[in-house]
Amino acid sequence: MQKLILILPALLFLFFQGTAVAQDNEPEMVDMNRTCFQCHGNSHYGVYIEMTDTRERRIMNPYYIVDSIGYMEGVHGTFACIHCHNYEYETYPHKASLKLEPQYKCMDCHGGDDLFAEFHFDEISEQVNESVHVKAIGDNFTCAKCHDPHTYKLIARDSTSMIKEIVAGNNAMCLDCHGDLTRYQLFTEQEQPQIMETHDWLPNQELHFKNVRCIECHTSVQDTMNVSHKILAKEKAVKKCVECHSTNSLLSNKLYKYKRTSDRSSGFYNDVILNEAYVVGANRNKHLNNISLLIFALTFGGILVHIIMRIVKR
Amino acid sequence: MNSEKLYLYPVWLRLWHGLNALCIIMLILTGISIQYSDIKYPFIPFDTAIILHNIFGVIAVVSYVFFFFANLFTENGKQYRIKMKGLLQRLTKQTQYYLTGYFKDAPKPYPIEKNNKFNPLQRIAYTSAMYLLMPIVIITGVALLFPEFIIDEVFEISGIQITAIVHAAAGFFISIFFIIHLYVASVGKHPLKNYKSIISGYHESH
Repeated sequence: MQKLILILPALLFLFFQGTAVAQDNEPEMVDMNRTCFQCHGNSHYGVYIEMTDTRERRIMNPYYIVDSIGYMEGVHGTFACIHCHNYEYETYPHKASLKLEPQYKCMDCHGGDDLFAEFHFDEISEQVNESVHVKAIGDNFTCAKCHDPHTYKLIARDSTSMIKEIVAGNNAMCLDCHGDLTRYQLFTEQEQPQIMETHDWLPNQELHFKNVRCIECHTSVQDTMNVSHKILAKEKAVKKCVECHSTNSLLSNKLYKYKRTSDRSSGFYNDVILNEAYVVGANRNKHLNNISLLIFALTFGGILVHIIMRIVKR
Repeated sequence: MNSEKLYLYPVWLRLWHGLNALCIIMLILTGISIQYSDIKYPFIPFDTAIILHNIFGVIAVVSYVFFFFANLFTENGKQYRIKMKGLLQRLTKQTQYYLTGYFKDAPKPYPIEKNNKFNPLQRIAYTSAMYLLMPIVIITGVALLFPEFIIDEVFEISGIQITAIVHAAAGFFISIFFIIHLYVASVGKHPLKNYKSIISGYHESH
């Protein structure tokens, strides 16, 4: 019942959200959010001190700042802040007790709903529960820890996205914690692993980081979904180069899944990779292959005929 | 028939030739394995193939630099100079010999001499291999050893991809040259005669 009360405002919003959708594809600020972004969209905010009857300018906690443009362009851009946050946040100064109230979790809205079936949220949830993050941290590891609900965009599902955009966007999610000690220590008191050092073994490290996502090596292969959310323990991460650098490259079931628009039955990957990256051992060109086979055949054929002639004329 | 022994291949040339041959063989084998790598059926395991390809590639570069300068400062360099005048006729004559004359025991149109080791076909093939294909494969190979420095995109195509295709194509033509080179070396009175020459340094002409 309590959950239903929590979800109700969001469901009502979904019902009426048509009125808030921006015109001509231009993102537009939801009216109710303007007040929130006055403070949470800026690095500073003004506060009135009643006791001294003065106004002061204060620094906004950087972790409470939301990129307003990013918000409007994000998947939840048409939502009002109070659809996920308690409506009492409309009152300023905010009540101190609000901080202790449980927040909505993504699955409260997205779970068990056929409306979102194409996104496989329930399957994702199961995978996350099996991932190293939840095993180590527990239920505190929510979707929002990786996917900032304020600015989240569907980069990978957009067919116009370039591989590099997908890689950069995706790796930024991991580096938000694994490259930021403060966020990393939200979950653990352990020393933050030094990514460059732990990946010392990786040849051409910089190129790998730029061209493939962390999850290519750190997740299990999933056939049913575009992205596997079962993040593996570091000991189980892919460390064999040939798993990606081969005709049956792992990448065809991961990063290049998005680009699988052409027929790959012949085992050629260039149409998929679309000249955006080069993977030694995985890239082969059908036409060059045929030409090379023909030249090889002609060479050996010529030699064979010459040998036969030598034997006959001896 | 009198046989004449010609000292054609000095020690440095034979040593270079041997080292270069070893490198080319290893680079072709590892190159094929890398290009067609397969998890289940590796010809040479990928990691090993990469290491060997890099090692023999670097040795081949050093060996080529030695060859290049040795040819600059010795008489051997002259063997690789092509005279354009009458080239087509010379090539046609030599091709005709390989296709017909050889089987009729016709005299060689361009017999081996101290100052003219290669027949016209050999001269154009060796010069193309050593002064065109080898520089291409070396430059692209060194670039692929340091891919961070390769231009990101050329006309919206990955610079690394273009470099790799040019490298593989040049490597492919070197492997074709290598196969033909091995076979043509066996053309003679005795199939192993020329192989012995490149080891002993002496060419025996009849």
